[in-house]
Formats: sequence, structure tokens, C-alpha cells
Amino acid sequence: MAADYVDWLRREGRIVIVGASLAGLRAAETLREEGFTGSLTLIGDEPYDPYDRPPLSKSVLLGKASPRHTELPRRRHLDAEWRLGVPAAGLDLTGKRVLLADGEEVEYDRLLIATGVRARPWPVAEEAELDGVFVLRTRDDAVALTERLRAGAKRVVVIGAGFAGSEVASACREMGMEVTVAERAGAPLVGALGGVVGAVAADLQLENGVDLRTHVTVTALEGDPMGRVRSVHLSDESVVEADVVVVSLGSLRNTEWLTGSGLGAGPRGIASDAGCRAFDFRGIVTDDVFVAGDVARSPHALFGYQFLSLEHWGNAVAQAETAAHNMICPASDRRPHMWMPAFWSSQFGVNIKSVGVPPMGDELMIIQGSTAERRFVGVYGYKGRIVAGVTFDNARWLEYCQRQIEQGAPFPVEYPTMDRRPEGRKAVPADFPDPALPTHGPTVTLSGYSPADRRLVFTPGHH
Amino acid sequence: MRIVVDLNKCQGYAQCAFLAPDVFTMHGEEALLYNPLAAEEHRDAVARAAAACPVQAITVEGLHEGAPVEPVQVFTGAPWEPRDGR
Ligand SMILES: Cc1cc2nc3c(=O)[nH]c(=O)nc-3n(C[C@H](O)[C@H](O)[C@H](O)COP(=O)(O)OP(=O)(O)OC[C@H]3O[C@@H](n4cnc5c(N)ncnc54)[C@H](O)[C@@H]3O)c2cc1C
Ligand code: SF4
Repeated sequence: MAADYVDWLRREGRIVIVGASLAGLRAAETLREEGFTGSLTLIGDEPYDPYDRPPLSKSVLLGKASPRHTELPRRRHLDAEWRLGVPAAGLDLTGKRVLLADGEEVEYDRLLIATGVRARPWPVAEEAELDGVFVLRTRDDAVALTERLRAGAKRVVVIGAGFAGSEVASACREMGMEVTVAERAGAPLVGALGGVVGAVAADLQLENGVDLRTHVTVTALEGDPMGRVRSVHLSDESVVEADVVVVSLGSLRNTEWLTGSGLGAGPRGIASDAGCRAFDFRGIVTDDVFVAGDVARSPHALFGYQFLSLEHWGNAVAQAETAAHNMICPASDRRPHMWMPAFWSSQFGVNIKSVGVPPMGDELMIIQGSTAERRFVGVYGYKGRIVAGVTFDNARWLEYCQRQIEQGAPFPVEYPTMDRRPEGRKAVPADFPDPALPTHGPTVTLSGYSPADRRLVFTPGHH
Repeated sequence: MRIVVDLNKCQGYAQCAFLAPDVFTMHGEEALLYNPLAAEEHRDAVARAAAACPVQAITVEGLHEGAPVEPVQVFTGAPWEPRDGR
């Protein structure tokens, strides 16, 4: 009977995907590739064809690509119905319907949720609305920001030195603007890569003429009488003049539309099993609702089955492919999403890459090159195992690091390497900040079980 | 012509920058920058670059004949003048 259902579903079922970006598109393509011939609907609140975000903080800011044209290439013909420019506003789990903000309803037999994250806005609304204050997540954000920068910005203040903020600072410096970066932690990229590597990122910024302020928070944005941003006030009581402010404080997961739906969705994303099937709020797995991409959090065998939320391009693609496959196959053919976390960034002319889960590691060893030269390979260790690797201008080592993680290779690393400097012979504390402090994406969040998350009153079930 | 490079896979061999320099450029020693919307006139060069990438990191839409794609929805907006970064 179950097999009959899957057969019917593949032939003439209705699949709806909410979130028409990277994960949504790649899932749709995979469904068709794997022989799904039923009806396919993609719902997206942005009025654009699915586009790629990583260039927005890199080639787009540098003027090498248009913010209006980073649309993703299609891997195949989709034959889908596109409902773009209208957000999904609710979900009726029992009735199997997605409710749209324009009042329409779309029925499904299987649903994929890929609504991603959005930029965390500046918390003070009047200040966030000042002319010259930007975030960078969407194509519209990128159009607005690049137009302002091209119009001639003198000093840009970037709030938050995560990957996105650091990339913005890098591009603005390259284009000759004065840039101040304000960061709460002691160095850039600390939340993602720890203090040792963060110190290298700090040197990079300083050498490239960034006015880097660490251990500070921004206390206020001040505007002129015309409502244009004029200066930024810092917690050390200094004031920085600015005509452009880029708020880069990480992200918020787009799950509000699922409030009250009964799905296990909240500020940390939507929990799923390793096969991308969403949990409901009681922790029971649904069988017809799947999740993928930045909005998802799922357990990973290599990292102690902790729940991982990844804001990584490659994860969105891989998870979408797995979710799509599992949506239309019999239970015995399902596969787990066991993608090895990996991401890249480029800033100040340096190619930064990482695999695994650096924030899980408490110690770090430089196994190749040296941090002083900003060309190195580092591995992170946790409980005697390698759990992550990071490279600065050494991407070819990444595959090796990945294999080490997969094999559970021991840490500290014993073997000598060709290029091992004295500083790398010893494991040092990787120096991650308290995980309770907010960090900046794109990065990895370990969102394993925490009793503080409990929102229900415990009432044991009756038999 | 829409392009995306999987920069997780990319190992900075610069093969693409060599074969299609108007679309792909190296930024620093290893980092790759590219224009996701390459002009039609570079189609052949892009095709060669995609084929020559040692890790097959480059995806190009509609490169192969017999691979039809849906019509591209174009939304209005001021035409963008790419700055010559060189
Ligand atoms: C500037 C920038 C630079 C980046 N650089 C890198 C990088 O160098 N390396 C890397 O690995 N990753 C990078 N990333 C992260 C990468 O882009 C994301 O991991 C990826 O986009 C995730 O895809 P997704 O489809 O899960 O989510 P998203 O791309 O966030 O897409 C979700 C979509 O759903 C829509 N949506 C939300 N709510 C609703 C609703 N209720 N109804 C309908 N639609 C809705 C959203 O508007 C959005 O279009 C970067 C991201 C940004 C913003
Ligand atoms: S040829 Fe491939 S690996 Fe080399 S730089 Fe280009 S995309 Fe990267």
C-alpha cells in the first residue's frame, strides 16, 4: 500500500516548495531528474527568478557583476508553476494546504520548506530606517547598497565582522573608501573560526587599511535633520562619521509563518530527522513535510548527532537534493543528509575555506604553512578527534582535511608534515567565544539539545 | 548566459580565468571572481572553461544543445554598467 502511494505520488502527486531560492530550485530540479511527473509549485516572496547570493558581497560590490543578474543557471527544464512575489503566510498541516498572503491556498501531497534566513536588522527601528543604513541579504539590498556606494560614499561603517561584514569591508577598501569595522568580539570571524584564526583576519584588515574596532558594540546610529545617517556611536564612547552603515549582525530564520502550524519550527530553524523530514512540535516526525537549506537543522552522525544549522551554500544544494530524493521514494530507499559542512569566503585577496564544524573544536593545530604568512592549514580538535579544518590560500588541502574528519583521525596530529613550522607542533586553544554570544553567518551553529529550549509543560502520555 | 561556480569544489587552478578571462578572474592568489551573467559573445570561451575545469565546478545554463530551459523571466531595472575592474 505504501509502495502504491509512492508510485501514485511520483506520477500525479502535488509537490509544493516554499522558498524559491537556491535550495528550492535545486530540489525542484532533482524531483524532475528523478522522474517526478506530477504537479510542481514553487512559492517565493521575492519577485525574482532564483538567484545566487554569495556574489552579492563579492563580485557585485566590486563592480564585476550586476546585482540584478546573479540568477542561478537552471540544470534542466522544470515545468513548474511559479508563484513569485507572494509570501506563504501559514500552513495547515492536517488539511495539507499552504496559505498565501494574498488569501489563496495551495494544496499539497508533499511539501518542502526552504525559506532560508533573512538579515538581522538593526534593532532600533528609527535608526534602521535612516537613509544610508543597509543590510545585505537580497538582490534588492545589493542594488540599494551598490548604488549608494557608486554614488560616492566617503566612510562606510560595517557593524559586525562575520564573513559577510568582512567581505563588505574588503570590497569597500578595494574601491578606495574609508572603512570602519565595529565588532563585539576580540577579532573578526571569531564566532566561525575562533580567536587564533580571528587574529589573522584582524591583521589582514589592519594591513589593508580598515579601521578595525574590536571589543565594542554600537550604541546608536545618529542621523542629520534630513534623515540621513551621519555618525555611529560606539560603546567606548567614540563616534565615527559615516555616510553608509552596513548592518551585518547575522541572520534570523524565516519560520514565523509557521507559528501555530504544529510544526517544530522556531527561531533556531525547523528541526528534521537526518532524512530531511520535519518534526512536529511534539518531536514526532512528519512524513509529508520536508526541509532543506539555511532554515533547516538536522542531526549529523559525524558530529555526535547534534543538530546542525548551516548557513552554507553547499549545504543548501546537498540537502535539497537529499530532501527531493526522499520525498518521492519508498522508505527503504531513503538516504540521510550527511553532507560534510564546507564553505568558502574571500576577503582582502585571501581565499578562506573550511570543512567540518570549527566551533565544535576546542583546540587548533597549524599543520601546514604559518599564520604569520597568512597561508596555512589548521585543524580543529575535540575530544581527541579532528572535527574541522580551515585553510587560508591553501584550498588544495581541504579534501585531505575532509578525509581526516570522516575517518575520525586523532588529534593532536602526530605525523610531521613537510612544511611544519615550530608553531604548529603544539595544539593551542582555538579560543572560541562563549557560544551563548551571537555569532555572525555564514557559519555553523550547533543547536543540539538544550533544556532551556523546552517550551512545553511535560505531561507523560497515557496508555 | 547564466553561470554559477561551486566554490567549495573550486581549487583555484585558474584554468577558467585563462580560457575565459572576460568572465573569470583570479582575485589574489587563489580566490576566483566571476560574472554570473556572461555576455553571449563569450559563450564559446565559457564552454571551454567549463569543460576544462579540473574539478567540474562550473555550471552554465543551456550550454549543451538539447537541454532546453524555461524562458528567462526578466524584471525591469536600470541597465547595469559593469565597471571594468582591471
Ligand atoms: C551576501 C551573502 C554572501 C554569502 N556568501 C557565502 C559564501 O561565500 N559561502 C557560502 O557557503 N555561503 C554563502 N552565503 C550563504 C548562502 O547564500 C546560503 O547558504 C544560501 O542562499 C541558502 O539557500 P536557501 O535556499 O536555503 O535560503 P535562501 O537563499 O535564504 O532562500 C530562501 C528564500 O525563501 C524566501 N522566503 C522566506 N520566507 C518566505 C515565505 N514565507 N514565503 C515564500 N518565500 C519565503 C526568501 O525570500 C528567499 O528567497 C552567503 C549569503 C549572503 C547573503
Ligand atoms: S578552472 Fe575550476 S577549479 Fe580552476 S579556478 Fe576555475 S572553477 Fe576553479
